[in-house]
Amino acid sequence: MDHAEFIAQIKDRFPGFCALSVTQNYADELSINVGLEHFKGTCLSLHKILPSPVMMFFAQDERKARGKFVISCVFVSFRRSQWVIVSADIPQENACFESLATEIYSASLFEREIREMFGILARGNPDLRRLNLHDEVWPEGNFPLRKDFENPRPADLGEYKFSKVDGKGIFEVPVGPVHAGIIGPGHFRFSVAGEPIVNLETRLGFTHRGVEKLFESQPLFSALRLSEAVAGDSAFSHSLAFTMAVEKICGLTVPSQAKYLRAIFLELERAYNHVNDIGGIATDVGFSFPAAYASLIKEAILQLNDELTASRYLKNVNIPGGVLTDIDLNKRKIFLSALKKIRRDFEELVKILYSSVSFLDRVDSTGVLHKKTAEDLGVVGLCARASGIPTDLRKYFSPIYKQVKFMMFTEESGDAFARLRVRVAEFRESLRLIEEFAVLLKDGHQTSVEYTLKPGSALGYVEAWRGPVLYWLKIGPEGKISRCKIVDPSFHNWQGLNFSVLGNIIPDFPLCNKSFDLSYPGNDL
Amino acid sequence: MINILKNRIIKGVVTKKICARLSGRIEPAGSELRSLIRKRFGRSLQIRQVDTGSCGACISEIAATNNPIYDLQRFGISFVASPRHADALLVTGPLSKNMLLALKNTYAAVPGPKFVITVGDCALDGGLFKGSYYIEAKIKDILPVVLHIPGCPPAPSTIINCLLDFLRADESFSQCRGLKK
Repeated sequence: MDHAEFIAQIKDRFPGFCALSVTQNYADELSINVGLEHFKGTCLSLHKILPSPVMMFFAQDERKARGKFVISCVFVSFRRSQWVIVSADIPQENACFESLATEIYSASLFEREIREMFGILARGNPDLRRLNLHDEVWPEGNFPLRKDFENPRPADLGEYKFSKVDGKGIFEVPVGPVHAGIIGPGHFRFSVAGEPIVNLETRLGFTHRGVEKLFESQPLFSALRLSEAVAGDSAFSHSLAFTMAVEKICGLTVPSQAKYLRAIFLELERAYNHVNDIGGIATDVGFSFPAAYASLIKEAILQLNDELTASRYLKNVNIPGGVLTDIDLNKRKIFLSALKKIRRDFEELVKILYSSVSFLDRVDSTGVLHKKTAEDLGVVGLCARASGIPTDLRKYFSPIYKQVKFMMFTEESGDAFARLRVRVAEFRESLRLIEEFAVLLKDGHQTSVEYTLKPGSALGYVEAWRGPVLYWLKIGPEGKISRCKIVDPSFHNWQGLNFSVLGNIIPDFPLCNKSFDLSYPGNDL
Repeated sequence: MINILKNRIIKGVVTKKICARLSGRIEPAGSELRSLIRKRFGRSLQIRQVDTGSCGACISEIAATNNPIYDLQRFGISFVASPRHADALLVTGPLSKNMLLALKNTYAAVPGPKFVITVGDCALDGGLFKGSYYIEAKIKDILPVVLHIPGCPPAPSTIINCLLDFLRADESFSQCRGLKK
C-alpha cells in the first residue's frame, strides 16, 4: 500500500513534519520515526486526519543498547485498515516529552502510566498521579519497567489525593476496594448532591500484578500462558492478540482451518460474556428470573467450550502458528445442535426482558454516554458502538469476517439499554458467525505450522468482546521478549463509566457499571 | 409475566439435570455436604469472597457455583455481601501489594470463629505471577488458610467437591478453632 499520499496529508496538516524514517514492515502497520520536537505535532495531526483516539501509548527502555528511551504512540486508520505508530527517541538524562494529553484526552492515562513505570515526565500534563503503583505501598522514584530496576528502594510513602468537589450539601461516598458481590476489587469515590452523582472518581490498580514486567525475559511458551491470565474472561482474545504479534514477527501464515477455528472460539467467548452481562444487568435491577436464565445459557456455552477444547475458558488452545484443537465432523454435530438449543434459550431470555415494562424503565436512559464524550475519551469497542461510533476491528481488519458478511451493530442513544441492545444483537450475530465458520471447516486439515523465533517487533490486535485487545511485542536478538505492552479495552472505557453516571443516582450505579462490564485485571495489568 | 411462567414450566428444575457425568458426583457430594454443614455450623456456612488480584476466571467459576445448575446454596453454603456476616473468607488471586491492607481489614471484620479458603493456583503461591515485583508473600503466610482449592480456574464441581472433602476430614477441620467437631 502506498503511503506517500498519506505522508503528504500529514504535511498538509502539520507543515513542520519531518520524518526520520517511514517504514512499513507489515501490510497493516506503518511506522513513522520522528525527532522528539516533532512528536507532538505529528500525533496531533494524525489524531485529526484519521481521526483516531490514542489507541496505545508506551515507552521502552533502550538505554543499554542506545542510551535512549523510546516513546511510541499508536493510532488506527479504519479507512486504510492500518495501524500508524509514531515513535521518537528521548535522551536518558532528564527524560521528558511534551504532553499530548492537553490536546488529546485519550493520551492522558497513558502518560500517567509512562511516568509511573519509566519515570519519563509528560511536561504540561496537569494530572500525573500514579495509577497502578499505589502511593500507600510503593515509594516514589522506583520505576519497575526500567531495565535496571531490581528491588524497590525504600523511601517515604505518600497518599493518593482524590479530586474534591466543594459546595454546600455535597458529600462523598467511598465504595470498595472490596465489593459486596463476587467481583474484582476497585475503589469508587462518589460525590453526590442529594441523590444525583456530581462526580465519580474511579481508583483502580488493586489487581496490579506487574504483568508487563513478567513478560520480559519469559520463554515464549510461558509468556503465552501468562497472556491467558491477564484477563480471565478474555483469555482467548488475549492469547490470540499475543500469538498474532508473534506470528507477524516470525512471518508465519496461519492455515485457514486455524483461522476459522480461532474465529469460532473468539465468538464463543463473546457469546458467553455477552449473555453473562445481560444476566448481570437483570441482577442489578433485581430481576432474578432472567438473571438465572442467563446463567444457564452461560453455563451451557462454558460446557460447550469444555467439550471442544477441554477448557471452559478456552485456555491452552492457541499457539503461535495455529491452534491445538481441531473440531472434527463428530464434534461439529454435537456443537451445532448445542448452538441451536442455546439460540432458542437466548430468544426466550430476550422475550422475558423486553416484555417487562419495569425492567425497560430502569435501563432506558440510564447511564448515558454521549457520542461526543465517548469520542473525546477514546472509548472503544462495544461501549463506543452503543454510543453511535462505528468501530470494530473485525469489520475493518479481518478478511475472514468479510467472507461471512459480518454485520456491525451500532446504537445512537448511548444508555444502558443501548448497550444491552448491542449485546443482544452481537450475541445473535456471534451464533450466526459460528455456524458460518463451522461450515467452512474441513476435516483433517492442518491446524498449525511450525515456527522459528526471530527478533523484531509487531502489533497484535483482536476485537475481543469488550473491544480491541492490543499487544505490542518486541523480541530481542536472543529470542527473548524485551517489551510487551498490553492494552485491554477496559483501560479506555473506565473513563467512559465515570462520565456516564453523572446525574444518575447511586442505586443506578451497579446497573451502569454492569452495562459497561469492564475488567479490573485487564486494566490494572 | 406470561413469558416467565411459560419458561418456568418448560425448563422445570434444572438443578437435577446436570449432565450425567457431573450429576453422579455432585448430588451425593452435596447431600453429604449439607448434613455436615448442619452438624458443624448449626445451619449454614456463610462465605465472603475477596479477590486480591485474580484474572477473573476463578471469580467467574465461584459465581457459577451459585447458578441454578450447581446451586451451592441448596447445600447450605451461601455467599454474603459483608464480612460481618461471614464464617469464612474465600480468597482468589495472587496477593497484589495494593490489596494487602484490604485483605487484612476484611479478615479482621469477620467475627470469630473464622477460617480462610484459597481458590485457584495463583492464590496458593502466586502461580503464573510468582516472582513479580508487585506480588506479596503467600496468602497462607498472612492469614490462617485451612483449605486450598487447586485449578486454573477450578471448575464449579471441583469447588464443591473440595469443600466436601474438607468438611469430611476431621483433622483439617480441627485447625479451625472454636467450631464444633
